[in-house]
Amino acid sequence: MSQEQYSYKTPESLLVEVADIAAPYRDRPEMLMKVITRVQKIVPAFSEEVARVIAREMDITLTQVYSFVTFYAMLSVKPRGKYIIRMCKSAPCHVRGAREVVKAVEDQLGISMGETTPDGRFTLEYCPCLGLCDSSPALMINDRAYGNLNPQSARDLIKRYIREDVE
Amino acid sequence: MIHLTIDHQPVCVEEGTTILEAARKANISIPTLCYHEDQQVKAVCRICVVEVEGMAQLPTACSTPAAEGMVVHTASPKVLKARKNILSLIFARHPQNCLACQKSGQCELQKVAQDVGIYKPATFDLELRATPDDNSSPSVRRNHQKCILCMRCVDVCEKIQGLHVMDKENRGFHSIVTTPYGKKLVDTNCVNCGQCIQACPTGALTIQDDRENIYHEMEKGKVLVVQVAPSVRVNLAEALGEAPGTVSTGRLVTALKRLGFRYVFDSDFSADLTIMEEGTELLRRLKGEGPLPMITSCCPAWVKYCETYAPDYTKHLSTAKSPQQMFGALIKTCFAEKEKVDPESICSVSIMPCTAKKFECKRPELADSGYQDVDYALTVQELARLIQTAGICFADLPDTPFDDPFGLGSGAGLIFGATGGVMEAALRTVHTVVTGRPMEKLEYLPVRGFEGIKSAEVDLDGTVVKVAVAHGLKNAKLLLDEIKAGKSEYHFIEIMACPGGCIGGGGNAPRTWKKVEARKKAIYEAEKELPVRQSHENPAIKWIYDNYLGEPNSHLAHKLLHTTYRNRQDLLR
Ligand code: SF4
Ligand code: SF4
Ligand code: SF4
Ligand code: FES
Ligand code: FES
Repeated sequence: MSQEQYSYKTPESLLVEVADIAAPYRDRPEMLMKVITRVQKIVPAFSEEVARVIAREMDITLTQVYSFVTFYAMLSVKPRGKYIIRMCKSAPCHVRGAREVVKAVEDQLGISMGETTPDGRFTLEYCPCLGLCDSSPALMINDRAYGNLNPQSARDLIKRYIREDVE
Repeated sequence: MIHLTIDHQPVCVEEGTTILEAARKANISIPTLCYHEDQQVKAVCRICVVEVEGMAQLPTACSTPAAEGMVVHTASPKVLKARKNILSLIFARHPQNCLACQKSGQCELQKVAQDVGIYKPATFDLELRATPDDNSSPSVRRNHQKCILCMRCVDVCEKIQGLHVMDKENRGFHSIVTTPYGKKLVDTNCVNCGQCIQACPTGALTIQDDRENIYHEMEKGKVLVVQVAPSVRVNLAEALGEAPGTVSTGRLVTALKRLGFRYVFDSDFSADLTIMEEGTELLRRLKGEGPLPMITSCCPAWVKYCETYAPDYTKHLSTAKSPQQMFGALIKTCFAEKEKVDPESICSVSIMPCTAKKFECKRPELADSGYQDVDYALTVQELARLIQTAGICFADLPDTPFDDPFGLGSGAGLIFGATGGVMEAALRTVHTVVTGRPMEKLEYLPVRGFEGIKSAEVDLDGTVVKVAVAHGLKNAKLLLDEIKAGKSEYHFIEIMACPGGCIGGGGNAPRTWKKVEARKKAIYEAEKELPVRQSHENPAIKWIYDNYLGEPNSHLAHKLLHTTYRNRQDLLR
């Protein structure tokens, strides 16, 4: 990746919170997953500043944090929208019409896969099998899963997220 | 003991031996890529698959232990087909312009491709990574397209140097071994040691090549003056295909002369000078002038490490420059005056085992002669290629001695090339200065060898000096942490970034511990043969103090031979 993609700031106050989460796990690199999942709830993305704070507090290398974050599809080093729509990209969903669903959602939001809407509300991403193959095609929006979709039901679903805040 | 059959031969090996090692014992070589004999087994490339009777899958030889009664086929049609397939997949993601690659001829992937063969016409579409090359570092070049994700570079940088500059980003097809957050290598904590280049089986990591610059300087008509580092004489022949540990001092001078270098000098001389300056500094610090422990500053990778990770402790570094830079400062001053050469017309080159020296010679403060003191640092590998390109038959060259006045070095200067060498050389001189007589036995064994940290106590007629020697930055960190905690009991510490010292440096032919062991043996053997074995007894050293510098740590010596350090902590922010 090129360096420009990472040039956004994480507020100072958030970094303090990140430090508080990571500090108890100094010299316990095996706890990185726990730290990362907790930090993920409060930061828009694992920017370099965030990763540095985690590395410093846990006394591990920046490279280790970065490599870990980029390994998991659920984590990101780039800021993403409030709602992250993850489309399953595995074969069972594919054969049952995932492509049409993707097309419908892309057209509706005016962005392509991997992009974020200008208002910062939605990010569209692919991810590996969600384990919902029996109700494929499937997608997740943040922590919620939706199955048995077709272009129309997907549009209706997104419309709900456009209108109201789903917690 | 375990008995098995490999390619119809009975083989008997110890328990815990892998199929790969067992096969090598039987003189059967199985191709490997991610395997490195000094590293932990990774088993990620799968090129070493073999057939084991009774097993449904083809196991990887590098990670599968030999078992009693096993019947192994390392080159059955089934195995060869699988290997060819794996290789074709690797080459579907690897540029096929070998001839233009710096590693060509030394590349492990190229060798495997020659042995195994790939499918032509290709069975898979070529899909290269789009990530651009990184030439930002003065020492290491990165070409991401050529990376086969073997993880050998990551292993050495993390486990030996403790730096972990690079690792895998993303997963699956999109994986790439790189620095965090798309950083250029110059903007990271990389210390330029080149150990990752040593480990890389392909052209993904290569030495920042300065050969073209040398040709340019020749065309411009510059007077080429060259200095040769201690360890080069035991490493160059190996880089040209001879056995590890072949000493080629005389031949290498001849080769340099034939290449067009006008004056060929010996950095053993400036290593002796380092001992005079650093030794004097140590004695002053022992008397209370300056903080203890004092740490050596010959290794630019170590110095950069200290500036990055412990900027508040650089006062512990000896202010003496490295031998390369002392020499550089003298060539464009003392030598230029004496030989009546305009320093402007001199191109000062060094031949080094080291990629970090390329970084060191570019440090802006190392210009005390009024010019950049050393213009180019060439590695052993680059010199070997220069010799090949010029069509010089290195094996048959006659010997030539180094040139005067800086062609004479002592044995103490020579052993700088191995870990513990600077310490041993310093002790020889310091002992004589303090007690008035040389050490009983010049060979000081407690600081020799490849143990990670060596320590000893030396009694100088009542003054006990505690010394420690570390090589590999992970070991160095342990000594540094003691200093930071105020718990270091040492007076004098030697640190070299490369495992084994400069004979294991990043600019040499690819290393294994076995080869470095042979080089070490060679350097200590060669040292024994030298007429002068203590720095202060070197006539060239006496000459330069009498005729130019005055005395060690004199005003002029300080101006030309000592330096300052900076804070590089921002590389960690
Ligand atoms: S040159 Fe040394 S420090 Fe830099 S990445 Fe390679 S092994 Fe690590
Ligand atoms: S850069 Fe070289 S050593 Fe590192 S993973 Fe790639 S091929 Fe292996
Ligand atoms: S140990 Fe020697 S070869 Fe290695 S970085 Fe230091 S000076 Fe260079
Ligand atoms: S394949 Fe889509 S959820 Fe399993
Ligand atoms: S050498 Fe065995 S898997 Fe790479």
